[in-house]
Amino acid sequence: MAETTHTGQLNRPEGLRGIAADWASDQRAFKNVSWGKAMMWIFLLSDTFIFGCFLLSYMTARMSTRVPWPNPSEVFALRIGGSEIPLILIAIMTFVLISSSGTMAMAVNFGYRRDRRKTAILMLLTAALGATFVGMQAFEWTKLITEGVRPWGNPWGAAQFGSCFFMITGFHGTHVTIGVIFLIILARKVWRGDFDIGRPGFFTSRRGRYENVEIMGLYWHFVDLVWVFIFAFFYLW
Amino acid sequence: MAEATANGLGQHALHPAHDVAAAVMKADTHQEHPIKLYLVVWAWLFILSTCSYLVDYFGLHGYLRWSLILIFMMLKAGLIVAVFMHMAWERLAMMYAIILPPILVLVFVTMMVFEADYTLLTRIAFFGPGP
Repeated sequence: MAETTHTGQLNRPEGLRGIAADWASDQRAFKNVSWGKAMMWIFLLSDTFIFGCFLLSYMTARMSTRVPWPNPSEVFALRIGGSEIPLILIAIMTFVLISSSGTMAMAVNFGYRRDRRKTAILMLLTAALGATFVGMQAFEWTKLITEGVRPWGNPWGAAQFGSCFFMITGFHGTHVTIGVIFLIILARKVWRGDFDIGRPGFFTSRRGRYENVEIMGLYWHFVDLVWVFIFAFFYLW
Repeated sequence: MAEATANGLGQHALHPAHDVAAAVMKADTHQEHPIKLYLVVWAWLFILSTCSYLVDYFGLHGYLRWSLILIFMMLKAGLIVAVFMHMAWERLAMMYAIILPPILVLVFVTMMVFEADYTLLTRIAFFGPGP
């Protein structure tokens, strides 16, 4: 199909007419988006449904219980300097994750400028912030488990609190951990200059491009995005 | 389909690999924007996060609390998706394909609200109104 080999600006209708034209048969639907980026977006869409279902089941459990829900503001409070500060650990975790999103956006930007030193350093910084986040989450889990929170009960109220908490934050923490691992792998590739010389990858033996950094960034920002919703619905509500 | 066939195994014998990579690279637009934009969005994300934390810190409750939480949440999510994930610069076909389906989850939410209310009523009817 000739029209998909376009370079630079697309000569196609915009707006609703553009949707109809792009989705029409016998062509590639996402005109100026590479298959790698499109597939990452579709994966993220499916992941959205997974987290959506977790938050939905949490809502259902919380709405349908007769027992009062434990107050997250008190449950996640920390004693610092003699006074209880509500939710402070979660607030710090939020700032750490947002910072990591910022450094990731910078890494993508420097990647396209072909500054591989800065890109790799920013990606490693992102990974370090992500690892910090997971570490703080491990601390939070330890604290709650020693206080007697279990998936089947807790000392403060509705028994479903524990199962919702471990399921939602556990799944999110797993996503962050996987992200950290892939950030380190990709940072090594950038540092070595794999994307400058088009060295084939070890698994797919395809040639990487700096777009891979942006695709990695999509995943990382998504992890941050999910935390925005968890923070609002689970910790603040 | 040019990109898909060019990357296919059958075509590798015909084209030198770097030509293929170059062709693919040209077809897809790069998302390159001024660094200042990212810094501004970053700052806003910090401000909005602080605001949503302060909602809890000052112990606001009721509809004021819930609406503030939702507003700050949607603003943060919007900034991340639009700027950090570059959705604002994608074509409408892409935006609709990714953003519309999650919005339909709200239908599921409505269904589960009715279901949860029903479960709660049943529990109260059989076990009494709470311990």
